[in-house]
Amino acid sequence: MTAVQKSPAETATDAAVEFRGVSRVFGETRALDGLDLALRRGELLALLGPSGCGKTTALRLLAGFDRPTSGEIRIDGRDVTGVPASKRDTGMVFQAYSLFPTMTAAENVAFGLRMRKVGGAERGRRAAELLELVGLGDRGGSYPHELSGGQQQRVALARALAVRPSVLLLDEPLSALDARVRVQLRDEIRRLQLAEGITTLFVTHDQSEALAVADRVAVLNAGRMEQVDVPQEVYARPATPFVAEFVGVMNTVPVSGGRITPGAAETTQVRPEALLVGAPDGLAGTVLTSTFLGPVTRLVIRTEVGELTADAVTRPGLPAIGEHTTVQISG
Amino acid sequence: MTRGRRWRVVVLALAALYFLVPLVASAEFSLRAPGGGYGVANYTRIAEDPVLLSALFTSLRIAVLTAVIVLLLVVPTAVWVRLRFPSLAAVLESATILPIVIPPVVMAAGIAFVQANLGGPVFRALFDSSTSALTPFYVILALPFAYRAVDNGLAAIPLRTLVEAARNLGAGMTTALVRVILPAIRSAVLGAAFLTLALVLGEIVIARILLYTDTFPIAVVETGRSAAGVSVALSLASLLLTWVLLLAVSFVGGRRRRSLRSRPSVRRRTP
Repeated sequence: MTAVQKSPAETATDAAVEFRGVSRVFGETRALDGLDLALRRGELLALLGPSGCGKTTALRLLAGFDRPTSGEIRIDGRDVTGVPASKRDTGMVFQAYSLFPTMTAAENVAFGLRMRKVGGAERGRRAAELLELVGLGDRGGSYPHELSGGQQQRVALARALAVRPSVLLLDEPLSALDARVRVQLRDEIRRLQLAEGITTLFVTHDQSEALAVADRVAVLNAGRMEQVDVPQEVYARPATPFVAEFVGVMNTVPVSGGRITPGAAETTQVRPEALLVGAPDGLAGTVLTSTFLGPVTRLVIRTEVGELTADAVTRPGLPAIGEHTTVQISG
Repeated sequence: MTRGRRWRVVVLALAALYFLVPLVASAEFSLRAPGGGYGVANYTRIAEDPVLLSALFTSLRIAVLTAVIVLLLVVPTAVWVRLRFPSLAAVLESATILPIVIPPVVMAAGIAFVQANLGGPVFRALFDSSTSALTPFYVILALPFAYRAVDNGLAAIPLRTLVEAARNLGAGMTTALVRVILPAIRSAVLGAAFLTLALVLGEIVIARILLYTDTFPIAVVETGRSAAGVSVALSLASLLLTWVLLLAVSFVGGRRRRSLRSRPSVRRRTP
């Protein structure tokens, strides 16, 4: 690939995609309410939120399948708000079943090039190259129904990349796949995205997916942006209570001097891994549930300040369900 | 369980008799030679009768024209309704039932009234030949069947996603329809065309009331008055023709369907 890889920091002011005060109203509902968002060139931005938060609406507006009620959308500095979908130069990967059923994998990948009047030989070469890139070099002649769900999504990815779009749009492309394939393909998408240096908007409702692959995560709720930041910051310093609840698990506890103190006026938010189970000076509680997650065991403990979720390193001697223990903020 | 099985066999046998006895009887009758014995004289007379043959060609011409017009009307409409106006689906559905609900004889009477009372060159040209006069009405008769067939085909594919995927890759609406959607609903479209064909080859009421005598079904009935054997031979031959067309449709559609099958392992073994 010829794309030059630029680090997002280098081109921080160079917005590849921009939403400027974009709203979309369906009847009484404001699916998007004045969205302002800029994607830097070459970055992968995850648009994260619960279903109905407006993330898919934003994606469809960017692809040109829908028009905003107000506001403006720019791709590479050009206002595309009124440009039809077929002229937007975006590459989209849908949730599932988007491959053309009567065309082979190679014909699917070559379709966009055909629409751009690329010659037959060149189309074939490029399609083969892209199928190779997504690890399906030998399946060019297969029809979509002959491919597994994961393979179909790889072909869809190859098809979207074939036309060298200025933006790659991913609409929950992993949600129809089983867990193992999902993680594998997720990492592969990230690898390809970095290799091609393509600006990508990744819509997902799965916070672990967003945190794992994105350069930045944008959390959307009820049509409004809650926070846009690198995954580490979104996780460690959630800007709003909604982000805290939605990204990972968060305990809200009353504190005094950095320790959990029942009745204290001040409250703070603590991640499960920041709670110490069996602390000598801890708050007493009873284990309600215990879930073995491999390296850690997740305990839900009932205390006088409410139910707390704590992740303890798996080891012999952890309290079992129904047993008494203590819990405190570690460190 | 065995009881249910036995009943099934009985019902099937009765149904088979109901269908087969008239066919076998017709075949036997059509093969009777004048003056005793059997022969294919009735069938050779069809081929020798220029009136019958030209009637067959007239009807086939009307059928093809009708099918083309119906599909040009129905496919884009059905796609449009599904994509843009899903709320109109119910309205359109009941509208397409109208031609079935209204008896052809009522429609024919209405058309005859128009034919008799409205003058002008346009109307005269329209009613000038059976082809130009009957095709528009056969289009109306065929609409409900064709709409249903095509709409069912569209229901079986992820229409919106496919259209959006095509547009995202740079295809306009027409290109998406022709290159992506039409091939995907190919067997439904062929089915609609076949239903139209069968309808035209059997329609007699409108043609008769409007006094067009040169269509195939009319010719079959007219022949029956003078030569019963030939008429029956003709009916069987047209049935056979219909079957051959049906087989051709399911063969072409079937090849597609095989490649669209969701469980490929069943068919993969065949070379």
